[in-house]
Amino acid sequence: MAAAEGSGAGGTLFPGLADVSISQDIPVEGEITVPVGSHSPDEDFSTLDEPVKDTIMRDLKAVGKKFVHVMYPRKSSTLLRDWDLWGPLVLCVSLALMLQGGSADSKDDGGPQFAEVFVIIWFGAVVITLNSKLLGGTISFFQSLCVLGYCVMPLTVAMLVCRLVLLAGAGTVSFIIRLIVVGAMFAWSTLASTAFLADSQPPNRKALVVYPIFLFYFVISWMILTFTPQ
Amino acid sequence: MATADDLKFQANPDATTISIDEPVEIPKNQQSHLQEPGREEDDELLGTDDSDKTELLAGQKKSAPFWTFEYYQTFFDVDTYQVLDRIKGSVFPVPGKNFVRLYIRSNPDLYGPFWICATLVFTIAVSGNLSNFFIHLGKPTYHYVPEFRKVSIAATTIYAYAWLVPLALWGFLMWRNSKVMNIVSYSFLEIVCVYGYSLFVYIPTAILWIIPQKVVRWVLMVFSLCLSGSVLVMTFWPAVRDDNRRVAVATVATILLLHALLAVGCLAYFFDAPELEISAPIIPAPIIPAHNGTTVITKSH
Repeated sequence: MAAAEGSGAGGTLFPGLADVSISQDIPVEGEITVPVGSHSPDEDFSTLDEPVKDTIMRDLKAVGKKFVHVMYPRKSSTLLRDWDLWGPLVLCVSLALMLQGGSADSKDDGGPQFAEVFVIIWFGAVVITLNSKLLGGTISFFQSLCVLGYCVMPLTVAMLVCRLVLLAGAGTVSFIIRLIVVGAMFAWSTLASTAFLADSQPPNRKALVVYPIFLFYFVISWMILTFTPQ
Repeated sequence: MATADDLKFQANPDATTISIDEPVEIPKNQQSHLQEPGREEDDELLGTDDSDKTELLAGQKKSAPFWTFEYYQTFFDVDTYQVLDRIKGSVFPVPGKNFVRLYIRSNPDLYGPFWICATLVFTIAVSGNLSNFFIHLGKPTYHYVPEFRKVSIAATTIYAYAWLVPLALWGFLMWRNSKVMNIVSYSFLEIVCVYGYSLFVYIPTAILWIIPQKVVRWVLMVFSLCLSGSVLVMTFWPAVRDDNRRVAVATVATILLLHALLAVGCLAYFFDAPELEISAPIIPAPIIPAHNGTTVITKSH
């Protein structure tokens, strides 16, 4: 035991460390300051000093990345984690604008007004989010709004295509083309939003949560399909 | 020494049992079902002593204060198969079975009434629009309009019916309850539930109303009215039948009349009459409520 004590801190207590030795002539180098602590205040200050173009481009890139995620719906957490409502706002406004200029023979029987489209999209998204949360979903309020808003994108594309087709003519052929396009985009929207939202629901209530989403996109598709120009 | 059976709580078959030896109790209840079918039917219709128990249990469930989110989550505590069962129960009413006792069982939900009403609103608006389009197709002066205003009118009508009529009915039943000791009493949410699920049968009816034939439409209307009306009658008859005879009959008649008025009003307002009048002489009495319904609706908007 005296010999073991004499051999140093390693010895029989820590057999693996017996051959580890710190040489006395290698100087200890490096910065003592913790990297995380020193960089984040710098970053906060630097976003204030950076040119406005950088700020806008960063946000635009985030929005663009989410659009790509909706186009090819994979289970990625980017859409859910870093939610933003810019994309849904842009989509909603463009869809509502494109739905204007429809048949306005009488004020009563025309298509939806700008405010009606806005209210339907936002109020519908809020109601669906509340519904999924009340049924026990674990997704947060704004994440769900973000997903539902971004998944309106295929329908906005469908509206654009419909308006272009209607420029060419308004007969039966154009109606069939519009029907196919709107139907395909409606299926795409529903599947994309279901792919993002279904995982956060309790397992035996998935159908209860998916059905209102289906109804929501069906109503928007109906508004797009029945758009008739003046 | 008393046996365990003597001391065991005699749970009523329809009450929500939370006892731990539930698997043992179920065969006993089934035996009692076989032995006394007449009394069982009465029990299921009246729910003699389980209404107290179910109200107690319902009170125990909803214990969160009303300003918290958890309070409202208790109204959405249903699974997919439960909602589908309730819808099936409203479309295929079993004669003699009370919808509330059989399906709701002190777990009323707001999911069914809310989304069935929403679906019905959009179904009526879309079907009405489609049916008008097909009826007027081919006419040179016809220009298709989406008629989007009608969506908001449909929404107001249907949600008002599905929520205000149950409120009035609940108030009326509470008032009669204070005068006559009724055995069966329903909570407000259970009444909303019954009304909401009973409206489900109008969804396929509205889709089929696209067919531009008057006979077909009226046959469909009568058929769906019978189905959903029977659900309502079988639910509310046990609640009023111990009252004064006239009051009971008047209550049930009013329930049916309002239900019929909704159906007729929707048919008259959202669906234009088909141009071919060949079936006009065949229809006897049902035309008369249509005129009443039409004038009421057109005056109100």
